[in-house]
Amino acid sequence: MRANTWAGRNKVKVRDVPDPTILNKRDAVVRITSTAICGSDLHLVDGYVPTMQDGDVMGHEFMGEVVEVGPGIDPDRLRVGDRVVVPFPIACGACAACAAELYSCCENSNPNAGIAEKMFGHPVAGIFGYSHLTGGFAGGQAQYARVPFADVGPLKIESDLADEQVLFLSDILPTGYMGAEMCDIQSSDVVAVWGAGPVGQFAMDSARVLGAAEVIAIDKEPYRLQMAERAGHTPVNFEEVDVRSRLLELTGGRGPDKCIDAVGLEATHGSAHIAAYDRLKQAVRLETERPHALRQAIMSCRSGGVVSVIGVYGGLLDKFPAGAWMNRSLTLRTGQCHVQRYMKPLLQRIERGEFDPTRIITHTLALDEAERGFELFKNKQDNCEKVVLKP
Amino acid sequence: MGDLLTGAPAGQVTEIDSLLVVRGICRGESMELTATTTIRKPVPEVYAFWRDLENLPTFMAHLEEVRSTGDRTSHWVAGAPFGKDVEWDAEIVDEVPGEKIVWRSIGDADVPNTGTVRFMPAPDGVSTEVQVVLVYDIPGGTVGKAVAKYFGEEPHQQLDDDLRRFKQVLETGEVVRSDGAPWGKRARKEFPQRPAQPLSDSELAKGADE
Ligand SMILES: NC(=O)c1ccc[n+]([C@@H]2O[C@H](COP(=O)([O-])OP(=O)(O)OC[C@H]3O[C@@H](n4cnc5c(N)ncnc54)[C@H](O)[C@@H]3O)[C@@H](O)[C@H]2O)c1
Ligand SMILES: [Zn+2]
Ligand SMILES: [Zn+2]
Repeated sequence: MRANTWAGRNKVKVRDVPDPTILNKRDAVVRITSTAICGSDLHLVDGYVPTMQDGDVMGHEFMGEVVEVGPGIDPDRLRVGDRVVVPFPIACGACAACAAELYSCCENSNPNAGIAEKMFGHPVAGIFGYSHLTGGFAGGQAQYARVPFADVGPLKIESDLADEQVLFLSDILPTGYMGAEMCDIQSSDVVAVWGAGPVGQFAMDSARVLGAAEVIAIDKEPYRLQMAERAGHTPVNFEEVDVRSRLLELTGGRGPDKCIDAVGLEATHGSAHIAAYDRLKQAVRLETERPHALRQAIMSCRSGGVVSVIGVYGGLLDKFPAGAWMNRSLTLRTGQCHVQRYMKPLLQRIERGEFDPTRIITHTLALDEAERGFELFKNKQDNCEKVVLKP
Repeated sequence: MGDLLTGAPAGQVTEIDSLLVVRGICRGESMELTATTTIRKPVPEVYAFWRDLENLPTFMAHLEEVRSTGDRTSHWVAGAPFGKDVEWDAEIVDEVPGEKIVWRSIGDADVPNTGTVRFMPAPDGVSTEVQVVLVYDIPGGTVGKAVAKYFGEEPHQQLDDDLRRFKQVLETGEVVRSDGAPWGKRARKEFPQRPAQPLSDSELAKGADE
């Protein structure tokens, strides 16, 4: 089959690789009809996630048709022919983490748990197409994918909703939603979201759906800010204004009640020398992150507020404003999304028209054009917000 | 891989590494390994699975086969990591159903060893805490070398990984496989792994014994 693979730093390559087969009894094989490129893939391509190997099949946002099921799958749960969206964390459904609906912390789905444990203190779940640290599972930017624990994760789509309306249930819609849910939003809340990428856009929409009084979008890409503005959110361009002052202005001096970091470890900074400081430390491995958005969110949030982090971090960061966090009673919440927890309720919200996930799709390309898709998305060319690939 | 916690390049001993190393204590020729895990199954089930010693090779990387030869005696065959043709007999010397099993090798075993496993109900009321202590008398010669090489610099990790698979088998039914680590039992030894892309027919045909 054809598959988009990691080919070293800053390089992806669509190649021919073997077709997947059943390796565990509870596996299924899915013929992929739609898949997408995510901001998390950029961290892999940019070389910030260790344990990637040449030839790793990328992609963790995919859906399609079940073409094979292992002998351990109950036919009442999943059958050949079912149309499914596959959540990006691989979860067994049986461990204590899964029982607590902390699917991205599943204790059984990562064959390389020992390596992950060394890095993170405790292991994390397996993830499709997302380094060997999270298991070494081939991803979904391909014609087919093997899906372990297929009786736990995949969501059956029984209505005639288009792929484009449900594909993002695999990751970014639940992720944005979890970012907002972790904020315990009240009707009087002003919610500020750093990053107007796909995840940020859905965090904004979710904050609105959960009843926020106002939602603020912070980014530097005018077209992304315009997209947020068209959806009813208030844009702030961090290259044009001082973010903290602007946020104070917009909130009567209080600061946003809730702040969401939807940027992660590759943030850029409006001030060149600060950006250079973290870029250099990151390059020589003195820190692994460039946490500008997170620092700014903590400094901006009103006392007693919540800072919800859905942007990805991988290691250690420098100059964490612990004083602001501690002395002003801030709550910091975070996690890789526990996608399985949100798929069904969010599908219902899509069916009721509360979300329009298609609003962020700017490019639909053939799988063979994945390389160009990464170019467009990474370099923000051609007003690219989200790329969907068709195998 | 460098050590992200300290920014130290790979190979340098870090504080974390040395903390872990002391868990596999080498006293002269004997090596003691301990590891512990929590399994979301009731104590009787977890105990029964271990007590059927023939189950051990499904998750212990250094074992090829364990065969019961009597109520308390068994014959153990080591797998490739321990070198070829290493076999021994063992007997259970103490057992309290639902609490502990203690065994030791008997006769002139190539690698004399003893093991203790304890089972305790976890505070959540549904899970079982499992604590394992293994002691090996490392012999001289090629067998000793193979064993030492198998355990490497961080011997406890082998047992940690064994218990992780024990948990997988009990909680999910089998050892989980990925494209990068398709043969379950040897994941850590194979780092860097084969790429995370599906296996070819010939790789599949060769299976774990390549
Ligand atoms: N927690 C999860 O489960 C989960 C799931 C999916 C994605 N993610 C992460 O979410 C993050 C965003 O993903 P995406 O697909 O939207 O990526 P993206 O790269 O398209 O979006 C990031 C946006 O942040 C903006 N940005 C950069 N620096 C900024 C700053 N200092 N302040 C404000 N905005 C800034 C960029 O201009 C860009 O528009 C990534 O880190 C991704 O890995 C997390
Ligand atoms: Zn994603
Ligand atoms: Zn689990």
